[in-house]
Amino acid sequence: MEMLTNTYSHFIQHKHTHNFSVGVVAALLSKTVCMLSILLIVTYQLTYAQTLEVRKTGPIQSIKKAIQLAQPHDTISIREGIYLESEIIIDKPLTIIGRNNPVIDGQLTGEIITIQADSVVLEGVTLQNVKTSAIKDYAAVRISRSKHCTIRNNHIKNAFFGIYLEKADSCRVQNNRIHSQAKMESTSGNGIHVWYCNTMLIEGNQVSGHRDGIYFEFVSGSKISGNTSTLNLRYGLHFMFSNGNEYRKNHFIKNGSGVAVMYAKEIVMEENTFENNWGAAAYGILLKDITDSRIEKNRFVQNTVGIHAEGTNRTLIQHNEFSQNGWALRMMGSCEDLRFENNNFISNTFEVATSNNYTSSNTFTGNYWSSYTGYDLDKDGVGDVAHKPVKLFTYLMEDVPTSMVLIRSLFIDLLELAEKVAPVLTPTNVQDTQPSIHLNHW
Amino acid sequence: MNSLAKIVKYSFYDILRSWWVLLYGLFFLAITSTLLYFSGDFTKSLVSLLNVVLLLVPLISTVFGTMYFYNSREFTELLLAQPIKRSHIFLGQYLGLTISLMLSFCLGIGLAFVVYAGTLEQSSHLFMLMLCGSLLTAIFTIVAFLVSVCFEDKIKGFGIAILIWLCAAVIYDGLFLAFLVVFNDYPLEKASVGITLFNPIDLSRILILLRLETAALLGYTGAVFEKFFGTMQGTLISFTALVLWIILPLILFIRKVSHKDF
Repeated sequence: MEMLTNTYSHFIQHKHTHNFSVGVVAALLSKTVCMLSILLIVTYQLTYAQTLEVRKTGPIQSIKKAIQLAQPHDTISIREGIYLESEIIIDKPLTIIGRNNPVIDGQLTGEIITIQADSVVLEGVTLQNVKTSAIKDYAAVRISRSKHCTIRNNHIKNAFFGIYLEKADSCRVQNNRIHSQAKMESTSGNGIHVWYCNTMLIEGNQVSGHRDGIYFEFVSGSKISGNTSTLNLRYGLHFMFSNGNEYRKNHFIKNGSGVAVMYAKEIVMEENTFENNWGAAAYGILLKDITDSRIEKNRFVQNTVGIHAEGTNRTLIQHNEFSQNGWALRMMGSCEDLRFENNNFISNTFEVATSNNYTSSNTFTGNYWSSYTGYDLDKDGVGDVAHKPVKLFTYLMEDVPTSMVLIRSLFIDLLELAEKVAPVLTPTNVQDTQPSIHLNHW
Repeated sequence: MNSLAKIVKYSFYDILRSWWVLLYGLFFLAITSTLLYFSGDFTKSLVSLLNVVLLLVPLISTVFGTMYFYNSREFTELLLAQPIKRSHIFLGQYLGLTISLMLSFCLGIGLAFVVYAGTLEQSSHLFMLMLCGSLLTAIFTIVAFLVSVCFEDKIKGFGIAILIWLCAAVIYDGLFLAFLVVFNDYPLEKASVGITLFNPIDLSRILILLRLETAALLGYTGAVFEKFFGTMQGTLISFTALVLWIILPLILFIRKVSHKDF
């Protein structure tokens, strides 16, 4: 480099050249020192981040002691066995890994693990028996005001709350199995409880037997994907005041009331399955005050109500399958600018019900309705006659709910026949002007 | 008693010989097995079967009842000339017809189900359907007999019997709905339980629907119904109502025939 400089600065003063080369060497040196020091730090880390082993027959027999002895960024490996411990507080960044499925039994005394530090990893342990309380929300694992924590591949049994995240940031909850046997809503907690958090990832968990499977309140920018939430007393997913989240590919099956998504904006719901949420007050999904959202490619099968929408605005509902529900869709008058496009409505007892103050600013286009009786003369796949999914009886029923006792009676069948003969009887507040003749595919 | 049994036996074989009852049973066998095998979903096929039963059983019983009563008039007159109690003659004819109809109905559905081999819970649902169907058969046959004995004119009697069926199957529900719409401002759940009790077809429908998943669609009304019909007392009351529907017309019928001049 000096030579190059020399050739180029042939007419320039020698002193200047000299000064320049000194500068370059100094820069190189400082860079090397910098690199070296980084390397040193890394090697220090590598050398001194130890692994502590908790073993029933070893020098460290309790997890609490291991945490006490550990330096930040150490790894604690818990070997097989049952550890009767609770109120374990993790206050430094540690990686805790269970080997051969160790069990930490809280013996119904209180919380099992409380994480109060950033970058904690908890993996491969079984946590069981968390105390039920009416005063404090005891959880198997609580992450409190921490960042970048990971809870994965754990098994949580018989817990009041399973995993409780409060004011946490960028944490991951992955592939945990959380099962409890909740009997009553008032004495049970949630499987995964997320409160005041940002950018969380809830992925691949299985939750059952809690009050709410997954609970979201004041959470933003988060993803819920690939979870299975079944047999919970109340909601499979309970979701409130949480803007800009998305949930994909989850299964919500046989929950007491299905899924509730409330008071939120910009929610993306894709490829979820809502199945068998059956009961007098159950929904596939309850939408309350949802704005600017997207509901796409979901399956609603055998729910009392597929989608119950209240105060839901500017939302696109497309490519969903509604089959064998009591009501595929129930809309209150407060719903505006909903667009239902290219959905499949297959063998639902009632397709669409609307409250009687309903004024239509919602549009239905290109949906497939299995009860459609129109024709398609020009064979373009679009029915030539508009489909009116709200039948006279459905309309009456919203007004007079008791008239439901006449369901499956000959009179109601005749009423439907009369509507076919005289279509003028059918209410026209909801119409699909371009119904699809064939099942929509996506 | 012996004469009653003899008449029941005779009517029973007489009806079996006419093949109509056999066809009736075969129809239920065919429809039940079709529904069970081709729908795949037991609850769904039961609901469809319920619709068929509630429509056809009362109708066929009414038609059969009137036809049988008018057609066997000559034979009845012959019997009346014998030293047999009047009540035995008519009761015997009624029982013969009812038992044969019930039997072919139950055998039709039951055989299909036995071949299908369902679970215990399913068979309890089906048993309920068979019980309700049998009671409906008994009810509408006696109503038809009562109407036939009141009217000498065959056509008139037939028309009125059909009208009664129409009332129970359709018009009653229409008026019920109108009542619910008009008095919408009042709490009507309990009243509607009462109204249901007075119509055997509605009562049978509700008794079966409440056992199925469809009950969830009924919402709050369903809860009220469940509370009434779910208890032992409610079940007793509803079956008493159904049995009263047989006994009251039967008493009227026996009284009518014992004073009638043939």
